[in-house]
Amino acid sequence: MRSLSGAKTLDVMRVRQDFPVLARETRKGVPLVYLDSAATAQKPRTVIDAMTNFYETQNANIHRGIHRLAEEATEAHEAARKRVADFIGAASSREIIFTRNTTESINLVVFSWGRSNLHSGDCILLTEMEHHSNSVPWMLLAEELGLRLEFVPITGEGLLDLEAYARLLELEPRMVGFTHMSNVLGTINPVKKMTEMAHEAGALVLIDGAQSVPHFAVDISDVGADFMAFSAHKMCGPTGIGVLYGREALLESMPPFLGGGDMIKRVSLREFKANDPPYKFEAGTPAIAEAIGFGAAIDYLDELGMDAVHAHEQQLIGYALERLAEVPGLQQYGPDAEKRGGVVAFTFNGIHPHDLAQILDDVGVAVRAGHHCAMPLHESLSIPATTRASFYIYNTIEEIDALIGGLHKAKGVFG
Amino acid sequence: MYREIIIDHYKNPRMKGTLDPHDYSYEDDNPLCGDRIRIDVRVDDEGRISEAAFSGEGCAISMSSADMLTEAIIGKTLEEVKALDKAYILEMLGIELGAVRLKCALLSLKVLKAGVYGLETLEEELL
Repeated sequence: MRSLSGAKTLDVMRVRQDFPVLARETRKGVPLVYLDSAATAQKPRTVIDAMTNFYETQNANIHRGIHRLAEEATEAHEAARKRVADFIGAASSREIIFTRNTTESINLVVFSWGRSNLHSGDCILLTEMEHHSNSVPWMLLAEELGLRLEFVPITGEGLLDLEAYARLLELEPRMVGFTHMSNVLGTINPVKKMTEMAHEAGALVLIDGAQSVPHFAVDISDVGADFMAFSAHKMCGPTGIGVLYGREALLESMPPFLGGGDMIKRVSLREFKANDPPYKFEAGTPAIAEAIGFGAAIDYLDELGMDAVHAHEQQLIGYALERLAEVPGLQQYGPDAEKRGGVVAFTFNGIHPHDLAQILDDVGVAVRAGHHCAMPLHESLSIPATTRASFYIYNTIEEIDALIGGLHKAKGVFG
Repeated sequence: MYREIIIDHYKNPRMKGTLDPHDYSYEDDNPLCGDRIRIDVRVDDEGRISEAAFSGEGCAISMSSADMLTEAIIGKTLEEVKALDKAYILEMLGIELGAVRLKCALLSLKVLKAGVYGLETLEEELL
């Protein structure tokens, strides 16, 4: 591999040693080339061990428990919350709500903040590159309350049209929601500037950080957004746990999302008093082992350094775009390497993405095929589906070569 | 999975097109992968399928399966069509399929049966 510049560099061969699954073959003699991290990332040994260790030595339900195990479990769970808060530059752990995933985090904003603050005719501004998780919940509430949904269009280059954005802000939306990084185009949006513009227009801002927080340093206090959602499983952590960051004053003012245990201070037969944030929004027994695994995942990424992670992915996407451009009949979607993260979606010679993904699987290359939960985006690109390769800390230049080799094989089959 | 016969039917479909007029026509899609298939059939006086055609777009599995199926049903009675099932399609294709690709392979049978019997939710019955 070419050498990287900068203080901390990532030793990919050492990183690979940390991920047990990367040692397996997909079938006899065919090593795994995992290029599907935008869907979910693989897990390092430290994360798996942290969760196993919890179950083997500390397992107990958290809060209110007096016994030793409950105390340790509570401490470990809350330490994970603190790790998350520090990782994204939140002012306090009270701003970190644990949910099941990014989708649930967005639903929490929509149905807690939205339902109690919005009225018929209010405008919500989203973008054409949103994952379904940041459009469908709004559609549900729009149906219920009679909201107006507007969408920032994308340019031919695959960037958000910021002039159109400025015009749409004149509609005085109550909330602006946008993805930090497109899960299809890879586009990294200028979230700080967009947040400033939205705030000037009097709107709150919700950022979908599912594809950004795992891949480069995100400092929420610098970005200034009011809410941000992301998932552990895309950043080396377990499935089943996600985060909603919310500004504390806003969280204080919002009603609970789900009702039940843990989210209350006291309950009488017909009434309850809600707990303080973040617990107000965490009904029922949470994903305790997962929170602990999540903490271990953040430790792991911190150790590598998020700038090194980003630099590594920049190198991979730069190389991938170069190699893909050399393949006749291949059309990739999205901007230049410096404006995007480690994701590339493409169509190839009219071969259906499912057929292409299947042939790539024959040579061990795992990619995703379909609309990647962004059907409106594919509609605006006038294509039914794409094949998507996405990269993370454990991917190598040689694996991109394997992808290119697989494409040539597919051409042979369908040529 | 991409046996020669599948690629051949995909690249050189025998039954692609539409029939106008037709006795039965139905179109459906698999929104998850964007595959879309329409099947038209004509039935003769004895209740046998005399002509069939398919149109639409999709992956090699869904398209070749549609081509082979519309070819295979010529001369069959509607009762015989009703008896066609998942095993029949898999045998016709000569491959094994996982749950995801099975949907591609069975889309044409779903469309055919829905067209002939007006059943719109055959998926569970088929899978």
